[in-house]
Amino acid sequence: MLSIKDLTVNVNDKQILKGINLEIKAGEIHAIMGPNGSGKSTLSHVLSGKSGYTVTGGTATYQGKNLLEMAPEIRAREGVFLAFQYPVEIPGVSNVYLLKAALNSIRKHHGQPEVDAMDFLTLVKEKVRLLEMDEKFLYRAVNEGFSGGEKKRNEILQMAILEPKLCIMDETDSGLDIDALKIVAEGVNSLRSPERSFVMVTHYQRLLDYIKPDFVHVLAHGQIVKSGGPELALELEEKGYSWVEDDQAAA
Amino acid sequence: MNTATASRYTAEYQTIASALPGQDLPWLKALRAEALAQFSEQGFPSPREEEWRYTNVSALEKKLFSPSKSLTAGDVDAEWLKSCRLQDAWVVVLVNGHFSAELSVLEGLPEAVSVMSMADALAKQPDKLEKYLGLAANQSEHSFIAFNTAWFTDGLFVHVPAKQVLDRPVQLLHIVTGIDAMATTRNIFIADEMSEAKVIETFVGSDIARDGVYAASQSGTGAANAYLTAAVTEVFVEQNADLTLYKMQSESEKAYHFGGTYIKQARDARFTHHNFAFGGLLARSDIHVDLDHASECELNGLYLGVKRQHIDNYTRINHLKPYAISRELYKGVLDDRARGVFQGRVTVAVDAQKTDSQMNNRNLLLSDDAEADTKPQLEIYADDVKCGHGVTVGQLDEKSIFYLQSRCIDEETARNMLTFAFANEMVDKIKIKGLHDMVLEQLLARFPQEGVNKEWL
Repeated sequence: MLSIKDLTVNVNDKQILKGINLEIKAGEIHAIMGPNGSGKSTLSHVLSGKSGYTVTGGTATYQGKNLLEMAPEIRAREGVFLAFQYPVEIPGVSNVYLLKAALNSIRKHHGQPEVDAMDFLTLVKEKVRLLEMDEKFLYRAVNEGFSGGEKKRNEILQMAILEPKLCIMDETDSGLDIDALKIVAEGVNSLRSPERSFVMVTHYQRLLDYIKPDFVHVLAHGQIVKSGGPELALELEEKGYSWVEDDQAAA
Repeated sequence: MNTATASRYTAEYQTIASALPGQDLPWLKALRAEALAQFSEQGFPSPREEEWRYTNVSALEKKLFSPSKSLTAGDVDAEWLKSCRLQDAWVVVLVNGHFSAELSVLEGLPEAVSVMSMADALAKQPDKLEKYLGLAANQSEHSFIAFNTAWFTDGLFVHVPAKQVLDRPVQLLHIVTGIDAMATTRNIFIADEMSEAKVIETFVGSDIARDGVYAASQSGTGAANAYLTAAVTEVFVEQNADLTLYKMQSESEKAYHFGGTYIKQARDARFTHHNFAFGGLLARSDIHVDLDHASECELNGLYLGVKRQHIDNYTRINHLKPYAISRELYKGVLDDRARGVFQGRVTVAVDAQKTDSQMNNRNLLLSDDAEADTKPQLEIYADDVKCGHGVTVGQLDEKSIFYLQSRCIDEETARNMLTFAFANEMVDKIKIKGLHDMVLEQLLARFPQEGVNKEWL
């Protein structure tokens, strides 16, 4: 699905990622954990094509294609979805409009006709119910005046409708209370499938109580310093990030 | 002062004077004479005047626009007219400043309600007009008001009696068809105690008439006419009455538009204004509200400028008595070499304690050559008030563009969507479906809409 090799990235001439290597196969869930400033968000931004980052070396291959060469919207149409840490408010554009525009962009990209209006509404309403959202949300402006939990749920709603292949979730748990976290996690779990992979970028372990990863990677100072199974997250929680950072310093 | 050039219009005045309505009314003759004298002395406003510092109207003096003495409605395209006329509304059509009964729709008006041309009103209800004409629009304000008083050929008069609720809006359709024509109109709207009404002023020009949409004339297929519209509207919202006034200005590409709206609100009265300033080469709107005790006003505005358009909005809200509330939001979208001006002044008199006032102006610049001038002013003489203002001038938010891109939308479409969304907030405030759709179409015609799908809105 996604193969990252020796990826180095600069922001304003400062090296933030210092040689990332990561192999993600279809159906896998990878958690990337790390302290603030370790480069977690940079990694998710670079993969989704946000501007302001300079790739200075290495590759990221997505389904056999050079991901880093694609415009952000092409990545999205090819099935890469970034769930934002801080979803952006867009006054004047309704949720339902954005969903329709996005879905039709994907269909056009794959040479398919526009979605039928009735089918679309049926699909959207079904997903809205699944995420325990109010249908009124559909007709409100994108994220405008939404609470933190509502915004994150809205991201999952988009994900559920666009059916991406690779979901990059940037600090999805930040700003969520426990109830909202459960709903979001349930949403994600319902989207798990053998064809779909997840990269979950998170600072805390608690999200992983609800979404069980196959692999956990610890990112520190721009490098993956430790990889392991879900038990690594628990160990981290117990010992704190200084544990891996000290290791790195010693090495 | 520019006496030499001003007198060009003054010199021509005698050719039209005898054709103006209300010749048999001594008070009006005196009023017009006084206004003419004032205009002759002052000429058109100069950029030296503080309120006109961003807008130079000297082009009017270089040209000589001519009023028409009588109705010439023959060359108004019937199909196009239909597209400008609102359904489910009483429509008063003025062509080149003269009422056309034939093109207007006034059937089914409640008997007690007056909706008629200004000329008719002067003939039928002269006493009422003597009382109201000039009561809200202060001639000393600037010389366009004097010009209007001296030259007006007709207009719309609406009087809604106490406790009457008008279930349909009244539309004033102001059309100019002539080359180098001048349409000077005066309107008076009165909403008596506890009445409720909606009035829509639409200003359109003839090159639109030929091509259907503004975009067509931009592409050079239609010959745009230069002409001058000078319209003054006086509005009286009496105690507990509720009046909503819409103005859609989509004059021709080469037109000059000067519109003044002067509102007097009595105690507990409500007034809402929606000002869509889309057309004209040079367009200026003045909106001036006087608020009495616990009255409320809401001023909304959207100005769109493309090519070399210059669009100026000047608003003034006077809080004269305690407990009044004012809300103002003006948005501007400026592309190419267009220039938008917003001047908003709120004054709170010594007496006007507990005033609650909010004024906001937000501008979006789509090109490096576009310009926005904004000047909010608060003058507060009372000491227990809540007043605020905010101003922004900027480009589209890059974070929003990336967010849309990450949702499969290409960058150009994302920019178009966000531009549209910025402006659409104001269009969405329109409560009348037919008008909403009309304004939306005008909005879409003015900006790149690649990727903005109207059917999905």
